Amino acid sequence: MADLKNKQESLDFVYEFYVKMKKNNINLAYEGEITHQITKAFTSLTENNMTREQDYNSVQKKVFHVMVECLQNISKHAENRNSVVSSKDGRGIFMVSKGETEYNVTTGNVVKNEKVDDLTRILENINNLDKDGLNLLYKQQIREGRLSEKGGAGLGFIDIARKTGQKLIYSFLKIDDEKSFFVLTSTISRLKD
Amino acid sequence: MQVIKIQGSDDTPKVILDANPAEPIFEISGRSLPEDVVAFYEPILEWLDDYAKAPLPQTVFNFKLEYFNTASSKLLLDVLLKLEEMYDNGNNVLVRWHYPDDDEDMEEAGEEYADIVEVPFEQVSYSID
Repeated sequence: MADLKNKQESLDFVYEFYVKMKKNNINLAYEGEITHQITKAFTSLTENNMTREQDYNSVQKKVFHVMVECLQNISKHAENRNSVVSSKDGRGIFMVSKGETEYNVTTGNVVKNEKVDDLTRILENINNLDKDGLNLLYKQQIREGRLSEKGGAGLGFIDIARKTGQKLIYSFLKIDDEKSFFVLTSTISRLKD
Repeated sequence: MQVIKIQGSDDTPKVILDANPAEPIFEISGRSLPEDVVAFYEPILEWLDDYAKAPLPQTVFNFKLEYFNTASSKLLLDVLLKLEEMYDNGNNVLVRWHYPDDDEDMEEAGEEYADIVEVPFEQVSYSID
């Protein structure tokens, strides 16, 4: 009987989950490893949807840009938590939602607490810059920055801020003494700029 | 010199590096978000090092990219820095940066590179239709 009750609960959960996704206009939600194949699949899926929705070309390109950089951030920087098999790709959650006037791309992944201060400083610095400031920072970073072992150029956040023209919305939720959950939302306007 | 000819795919650009004096082609085009950027661009950078030892009287290098991620942007700069070095050594080098006429971001990316590297740089817009 207990088993049956669990099954009923799990079915209820699916419906609640569905309702919540609909309510928040979530087009795509995923939790797991972010591999290169996943990145390619999600971007091409979203591209197809945007083409069907007849979004402006410039909007489609910006969403594509932001998705790739966000997915690569997880794949390169997320701490793998409780992973049974060791993997080269990080894991996290990834969501795309579509409103009347904007797309939101949200990522969530585990980071070590010791990285929170640095990340906050980088993100705050970016959020305090205007377009010219971001362009300068980008140029400085591409010239002086070195490609990390994992192939990151340290340009992802700057590029997202430049492409979207919006502030990066983020928070760190403490999990325990070692880890926090890092949530980042990027907004891309669907209106022609 | 050996010819580099890489077919483009949905995540890697088409690359042709052919120093045949009769019909030289230097071109990177399409989309660039390879799984391993360093592994993808390494042979290209090595080829340019070799080519720089005895370049043709003129080198016109065409970039015609639809999209590149930030990791690729760093490697594209490395390619441009090789061309700058050749130019600094007294060679005739021209970079042609092609962008779709409706793609402001790609146009700006070209302007940005032109700012960073000291090499003759031409922006060329094209229409997709």
